[in-house]
Amino acid sequence: MSARLANHDRLRIVGLLSPAYLWLTVAIFLPLSAMFYFSFLSDVPFGNTEWTYTTENYAAFFQTSTYATLLWKSIRLGLIVTVIAVLVGFPCAYVLAKVIKGRSREALFLLVILPFWSNSLVRIFSWAIVLRGNGVLDLGLNAILPFEVDVNLMFSTPAIVIGLVHSYLPYVILTCYLALQAIDDNLIDAARSMGASKFTILWRVILPLSLPGLLAGAVLIFVPVVGSFMEPRILGGRVGTYYGTVIEDQFVAVFNWPLGAALSFILLAVVLLILAVASPVLKRAQT
Amino acid sequence: MRGTFLARLGKLWLACILFFLYAPILVMAFMSFNASQYYQLPFEFSLKWYEKLAGNSEIIDAATRSVGIALVTTLIATILGTAASVALFRFEFRGKRFLQIMLFPPIAIPWLITGTAMLIFFFGVGLGRGTPSVIIGHVALALPYVIVVVSARLATFDATLEEAARSLGADSWTVTRRVTLPWISSGIIAGALFAFAVSFDQFVVSYFLSEPGDSTLPVLIYTSIRKGFTPEINAVSTIIIVISMAVMLIAARFSNFGGER
Repeated sequence: MSARLANHDRLRIVGLLSPAYLWLTVAIFLPLSAMFYFSFLSDVPFGNTEWTYTTENYAAFFQTSTYATLLWKSIRLGLIVTVIAVLVGFPCAYVLAKVIKGRSREALFLLVILPFWSNSLVRIFSWAIVLRGNGVLDLGLNAILPFEVDVNLMFSTPAIVIGLVHSYLPYVILTCYLALQAIDDNLIDAARSMGASKFTILWRVILPLSLPGLLAGAVLIFVPVVGSFMEPRILGGRVGTYYGTVIEDQFVAVFNWPLGAALSFILLAVVLLILAVASPVLKRAQT
Repeated sequence: MRGTFLARLGKLWLACILFFLYAPILVMAFMSFNASQYYQLPFEFSLKWYEKLAGNSEIIDAATRSVGIALVTTLIATILGTAASVALFRFEFRGKRFLQIMLFPPIAIPWLITGTAMLIFFFGVGLGRGTPSVIIGHVALALPYVIVVVSARLATFDATLEEAARSLGADSWTVTRRVTLPWISSGIIAGALFAFAVSFDQFVVSYFLSEPGDSTLPVLIYTSIRKGFTPEINAVSTIIIVISMAVMLIAARFSNFGGER
């Protein structure tokens, strides 16, 4: 193929690519730019409202500690959920990739991934039925245990964490599984034949080699959890006020869109920072 | 020799995880067949919540709208996505890497940010809330998935087949139609199913973009949950989860998703 493209090739490239990328521009990139612009306005510029350019919306974030505290609360939630999901998911991925062989592996892997592709709202709702007082968990535990327990996890932070781990666990299992599967079994056998203990093999061979996949999974969980609002609302009730729910409120309840835009953009900045830090690792995980 | 005890422990762990993943869904499905409104046991089988559901025009309307939006989204995203994948596969040009990176933001940026940004922009250009806005948003979210899935299938395509067809006198349209497209058709079907799932299960973006009283099914469920649980939501949720899992199972068959090859 020649380095310079023929004219009709160029035309074909533009014809094939531009519909998809124009669509992405109109639906993703222009809106993000519009949001950035909006975050510097004093009021929504629709109808007869008077508005000026201002940095007040960003100042609001720094003047009171409310928003920063909530952002930190959301980041902490993201860390907790990520750590639990990795600790729970990595062994699971290992079993799938290295212990189970043959046909059942494919079926089991699909079974683990399947919930991730089903409706997340419905799955959160199903936890509400399980966790509420007099709910299934409550009744079940009381049926098994000889003494009376009162389990009402609903509207608490543990409920939110359980729901979020449930939502994103398949993600980390997927990325870890792909990374673990790529490890050559001969490498592990070689380490074993040279007398390495199971722990040494895990720590010195398996973990370093699967680290890119593990970190990719962690980032892919952390980012959406920091921006979550539906899960805390349904499972958290009154303790479920997070950074995401405050942004939601600005758009559907308080109608302070410029403030909402500024808060969204601060969240985007945090997300981009995390992605930028993780991108070398993510790139390695891709290949 | 592998430590059989550890291996057994690992398998037990996997079983626990599967239980954790499926138990709440099964409980929900189970309870949707329970006669008691307050999820009380003992269990008494009843189809009354499904009967109620059939008579609830608000839910039926939302379900019809959701399926319609998902079908339109699938059609648009599959066509645009396939075209883009073919161009990204077949041609080498400057900025290709950049175009591939541009697929990342719709997937990686939290939907809360994308959704609110779309709301602002669509109001700014005078489109406002409503089904057209929802479709525009859904297509954008589905496009990267279609492109990734179809591109993965294209990567297994032997380009010499095209050359062979061309040297036998086929013009480029015939080559595309008779050689390339049949080869990647399983990828296109998988991409279409992914697009359908992305749209049908999408909540966040729909939530910000749909008009009150004119919402999609997940949005309606969310607003109903906040008013209080009813077994009717249970019943409709059970139907949704069955549909979306079925769609993904079929998609997995077509895309080798989860397979090793």
